[in-house]
Amino acid sequence: MTAHESRTRAIVLNTALTLVILVMLFPFVWMIMMSLKTQVENTAATPVWIFRPVLENYVNVIQRNNFLAFTKNSLIVAASATAIGMLLGLPAAYSIARFRQRGLSLWILISRIIPYITFLLPLFLVFTKLRLIGSFTALILSHLIITLPMIIWITIAFFEDIPTDLEEAALVDGSSRAGAFVRIILPLVAPGIVTAGILAMIFSWNQFLFSLILGGPGTKTVPVAVFNFLSYGSQDYGAIAAAAVLITLPIIILSLTVQRYIVKGLTAGGVKG
Amino acid sequence: MSLAPTSTPAPRRPVSGGFSSWLDRNIRWVFPAPAMIALMVLTILPLAFNLILSTQERSVSDALPSSYVGLGNYSAALKDERFWNSVKLMFQFTGIAVPLQMLCGLGLALLLNRTMRASGLVRAVVLLPMISTPVAVALIWALMMDPNLGVLNYFLESLGLGRSLWLADSRLVIPALALVDLWQWTPLVSLILLAGLQTMPDEPFEAARIDGASPWQVFRFITWPMLQPAAFAALTLRLIDALKTFDIIEVMTQGGPGTASETLNVYAYHTGFEFLRVGYTAALLTLLLVTVAVVAVGVNLLRRRA
Repeated sequence: MTAHESRTRAIVLNTALTLVILVMLFPFVWMIMMSLKTQVENTAATPVWIFRPVLENYVNVIQRNNFLAFTKNSLIVAASATAIGMLLGLPAAYSIARFRQRGLSLWILISRIIPYITFLLPLFLVFTKLRLIGSFTALILSHLIITLPMIIWITIAFFEDIPTDLEEAALVDGSSRAGAFVRIILPLVAPGIVTAGILAMIFSWNQFLFSLILGGPGTKTVPVAVFNFLSYGSQDYGAIAAAAVLITLPIIILSLTVQRYIVKGLTAGGVKG
Repeated sequence: MSLAPTSTPAPRRPVSGGFSSWLDRNIRWVFPAPAMIALMVLTILPLAFNLILSTQERSVSDALPSSYVGLGNYSAALKDERFWNSVKLMFQFTGIAVPLQMLCGLGLALLLNRTMRASGLVRAVVLLPMISTPVAVALIWALMMDPNLGVLNYFLESLGLGRSLWLADSRLVIPALALVDLWQWTPLVSLILLAGLQTMPDEPFEAARIDGASPWQVFRFITWPMLQPAAFAALTLRLIDALKTFDIIEVMTQGGPGTASETLNVYAYHTGFEFLRVGYTAALLTLLLVTVAVVAVGVNLLRRRA
């Protein structure tokens, strides 16, 4: 192949990639544009591409719709479900990796493919009986269904990469197995913990169904708040777009900073499975 | 772990550490136990409870007594036209979205493999659709698909095509929702396939180049066979997730217009939490679970044979 040919080829490939990326990004760009336009501009017969940005929509969403309170609720649920998931999940993942407990790992895999909605009805009835509907406890427990298997599944791969020699050395030096786990193994799988933690937080933050049914006025999470906001018949397009931007923004920032970890975490299950 | 009484130098292990040595001996089950108990309580018990509920006739309210109806709810489902409609729509949605995702994902993975030289930014962009909050994704696509003001109709018109009703058209609503799913999940397929591509050894490609194989021959006889495990993994994940898609459908259409986009889990959600028919909903959920399980197992059997 001549140099000229390979240059043409590079141009074609890069153009194709640019096009794909434009298509992927367009909804985000459009969402941000709508959130910065006035209602008149958003309802114009032909889309307005050049405009003077206004922050009115954000002010509306944050002030009139109590957005900060919902954000706090979402963070409480996501952080708790992730922390508890780590506490329970890390020892389990270590044990599955170290002792090759294939039965347990199969169980984790299965619990990942069950549709969440099949848990929702029984949990709703039980939580109603226990008067837990609308409580943080109900939300955190239900979100654990998402975070726990995810944390275990992702960190197994990281624990498997740790050579056993290190652990053996610690045991010879008089450390207990549990001590070696805490002092030696956990620091070594820090990247795995970060990956799993971020993904668990993101998927809990994104969760809609459990929060919709098991949450209450005092524990409403952001996705539910935005959904309600829409279903009350709001025609305020700019505000809807601003709300969408506000839910997505923390995730975009998080994923841009640690994207390499996230790619590894998201594809770990897929490639190994 | 067995501690054989031999003459090997005794490890400086605290002999008196009763709990610590007990933990060491039993670590195989002590470590996984809390997580497994939590998962049992949160997943297995609810599923068992769901199975019991599916044999009962009762409403969410406790005031009314429940009665045992055996398989009555299941036979009612099999006679329910709305149930069959929802099953059909679930498979239509999956049948449109997943094959397109696999094709586009493969194309994108090959493209990224060729062009991307450690470009973190490109990878970050590819990630965005699948980690964005589904409710936000649904809202923004609903705005873009608005028949009067949506930007997608503006694009169609600019290209000289007619306007579309998108979600308001009962024949177009499923393909339109599948389009959103395509946008959202093609990246996952491409990242899984890209990971597969990047772990391939160089030798077969070198050999093929020396033998003068065409790009298609290289793909057909070298790349594709080695890519198959990753492709099956991506296919399994996507089939399962597409069958249980809920958020974008409920937010964008609530199953409408009419029941034109009411897939099985959306239907179950409506019978359960709007019509409060607990027993019937439990039966629908069991049927959904069985369908997803059969598809998951089926794909894996195919994989064994391939």
